[in-house]
Amino acid sequence: MNAPANLSPSLTANPLLSDWIRFTDDEAVEALTGKSELGQGISTALTLVVARGLGLNPAQVRMVAPTTVISPDEGFTAGSLSVQHSGSALAQVCDRVRELFLTEARQHMGSDQVQLVNGEFTDGARTLTYWDMALNVDLDVATADLTGGVTPASETTDLPRIDLADKILGRPRYLQDLRFPSQSFGRVIRPPFRGATIDQVDVAITSAHLGVQSVVIDGSFAGVVADSEIHAIEAAEILAQAITWTGTSDALSHADLVEFVVTAPTVDAPLMEKATTDNATAENSDHTLSARYSRPFIAHGSIGTSTAIAQWRGDELTVWSHTQGVYPLRTDLARALNHDIESITVHHVEGAGCYGHNPADDAAYDAVLLARSVPGSPVLVSWTREDELGWGPFGPAMVVDLAASFTADGKITSWDWNGYGNGHSSRPSTLSSPSLLAFGDQADGIPIPPSNDPPLVTGGGTARNGRPLYDIETITGSIHRLDVMPIRASALRSLGAHLNVFALESHIDDIAHQLDVDPLTYRLSQLSDPRGIAVLEKVAVMSDWGNRLSGESAGRGLGFARYKNSGAWCAVVADITAEETVRVDRLWIAVDVGAVITRDGVLNQIEGGAIQSVSWTLKEEVRFADGRVTSSDWETYPIIRFSEVPHIQIEIIDHPDQPSLGSGECSMGPTAAALGNALFDAIGVRVRNLPLSPANIVTAMDE
Amino acid sequence: MGNVEQTYSVLVNETSCEVTCDPETPLLWVLRDSLGLIGTRFGCGAGTCGACTVHLDGIPVHSCDTPMWSVGTKRVTTIEGMSLGDEPHPVQKELIDCQAGQCGYCLSGIIMRAAPLVDAARAGGAMLDRESVCTALDGNLCRCGVHNRIIDAVVKASNP
Ligand code: FES
Ligand code: FES
Repeated sequence: MNAPANLSPSLTANPLLSDWIRFTDDEAVEALTGKSELGQGISTALTLVVARGLGLNPAQVRMVAPTTVISPDEGFTAGSLSVQHSGSALAQVCDRVRELFLTEARQHMGSDQVQLVNGEFTDGARTLTYWDMALNVDLDVATADLTGGVTPASETTDLPRIDLADKILGRPRYLQDLRFPSQSFGRVIRPPFRGATIDQVDVAITSAHLGVQSVVIDGSFAGVVADSEIHAIEAAEILAQAITWTGTSDALSHADLVEFVVTAPTVDAPLMEKATTDNATAENSDHTLSARYSRPFIAHGSIGTSTAIAQWRGDELTVWSHTQGVYPLRTDLARALNHDIESITVHHVEGAGCYGHNPADDAAYDAVLLARSVPGSPVLVSWTREDELGWGPFGPAMVVDLAASFTADGKITSWDWNGYGNGHSSRPSTLSSPSLLAFGDQADGIPIPPSNDPPLVTGGGTARNGRPLYDIETITGSIHRLDVMPIRASALRSLGAHLNVFALESHIDDIAHQLDVDPLTYRLSQLSDPRGIAVLEKVAVMSDWGNRLSGESAGRGLGFARYKNSGAWCAVVADITAEETVRVDRLWIAVDVGAVITRDGVLNQIEGGAIQSVSWTLKEEVRFADGRVTSSDWETYPIIRFSEVPHIQIEIIDHPDQPSLGSGECSMGPTAAALGNALFDAIGVRVRNLPLSPANIVTAMDE
Repeated sequence: MGNVEQTYSVLVNETSCEVTCDPETPLLWVLRDSLGLIGTRFGCGAGTCGACTVHLDGIPVHSCDTPMWSVGTKRVTTIEGMSLGDEPHPVQKELIDCQAGQCGYCLSGIIMRAAPLVDAARAGGAMLDRESVCTALDGNLCRCGVHNRIIDAVVKASNP
């Protein structure tokens, strides 16, 4: 039998129904997923998918946190694909499971009138539950071997977040809160600058401190294990004083970033497999516009710091981590330890908010190294705030050069994109050697290789949204991925789309301005994608686009993109006031995420993404000099505060008949673009280097 | 550090507890580590994020930069003490009602910062407005971008 064309890719790797769904003795359904709860509410959305697919009450569904023991391997929780992959896999699986049980019930009752009503199979007189028949129905069959489309048994209802009440009531829920008998606590000392090695260390003075169980020194990796978290913190302070470091530091500073990014050695690749060229009329173009855009490195800045627990029992290693991927982390642990992968288990436990590849995996390896010194004891390691902001991977700095040609009537005849920067992923298991921080510090370790970019087919990294969605005759361009990595780079929410959409939509606005056409009218005239047009028209109505507030320093701007050119559509209008700093007063956001699973979850993700993007775009910049990140606390790396948050209005265009698309990242780029365009509207100056800080605005005014 | 450990008797959530620690040990770690009250969160350890906020005699403080020697006889209240008797604080009820959270990590500190303000507003019969809530919460960071829902929930909770 042919697999349905729309089979979720997650089902290719984990084909059996029993990989996903189990009926347990206590009359619950266990639903398995490879996707981690990162604070984005995915476990709630998936609970709803399963409840709907099986026609059950959400309270009967238990999501099992990803674990290498039983969960399907779905790679990473990333790229706004959890709903697309895990959600559609579970929907397809539940559809098949329900049909198998229905068939069984009909056979058992000898009636083809049996229906599923309120979670029970009934012919009107008799009833059977899933659990009555669980032993008779074989779920060890491949999903693809069963045919049929997906028709949920019951309709959309919203479901409050299944994890939130615990978090609000202060109940144990996070990895930081997990306690075991005879638990130990560890802390790690990071070098004073990149490349520093330990010259001398007085281990004895640290070992003598109260409660210390072990001191681990391996190359330039240094850490302590103690009987309590307090003692571990105290001992770490003593150890930090007891080490002298040596080595020379890299001279690169954030002040030279753009120059560095465009001159460092690169690996180049085309933006598209082949340039789109239909009836090129470039020679008829009357105008050209070229400009360079940039953004600095951006930190994840989770409010909690990375934490992990590891326990060695003989050769058996168990790790509890808030990683984005339990299987890839296990792969890198096995590689770094040169250890049999089958004797390593990784369980996901929720941590503080995760917006990409943060130090969660690094903390896991720290815990593994420290736990090895106290066999049998589970060791909890938490990072300091300084290490979290200083040693974790950052969203890469980027430079984008755009060159467009267009005719007097606005037709864009050619568009050339060149993107420079480090690749957007150095996630575990994806590089030639492990990308776990401590592995680079160990005596026989290997420094983390330069980051890579996800392939273009899955949205790319540097090139994500590099290609405009507008009707353009010829699009060309190259990716210039840095082959060196003086500052550690990896995936941060929306990858290259943040700067690419900012650049592209700034450019489009400039073209409209040159042609003296309203920016919204111009976009609509250059776009034939109907769902793109729909979100633009929607946001125009919401914001009463033509009817802008006028004031000395007031500005209004528009930003639009379809995330990855294959995900959700999003259009944003921003009203700002540009005085000493830029204040965002209001955002209107229209989105199309296909079929909506949890409406409230989508609203929360879109708004959260927009606010985070406001923060990145206006304020954020990782600073570094002499091999050391200097923006390693909340004073030197400020993020948006309550008093700076705009009023936000969001509308969702629901398409129940269309595939569901992720909502976590689609508002990042359009929000950044709307702010840049609003700033231009307010002050008449185009600021092309992020952040839109007073310093960068002044520089742009002087140009 | 390096001082000799001392034994303190502290009143936490109306229960008196004994703890032995270095006088400089931050209250945060005494709560989490010695007393197992893990609802109080570590975020920065430097008084710059608000995640660790607790009450001393009803007044919000950062437990991460409150050394144990300074606590004395002051009553300590943590997030666990906000829903004593099974009834969550109005701020907690409204946060749940408004689904004001993503990762939720910031919320414990935010609840502790907002609760006295809300209590005072309810007692005085005057609801809080957006601006006063923002001012009060400006030292509390939220990276997930849940600010507007949190503000709405706190404003609603202040309705007597
Ligand atoms: S942990 Fe105390 S203010 Fe951040
Ligand atoms: S909800 Fe995640 S930091 Fe506020």
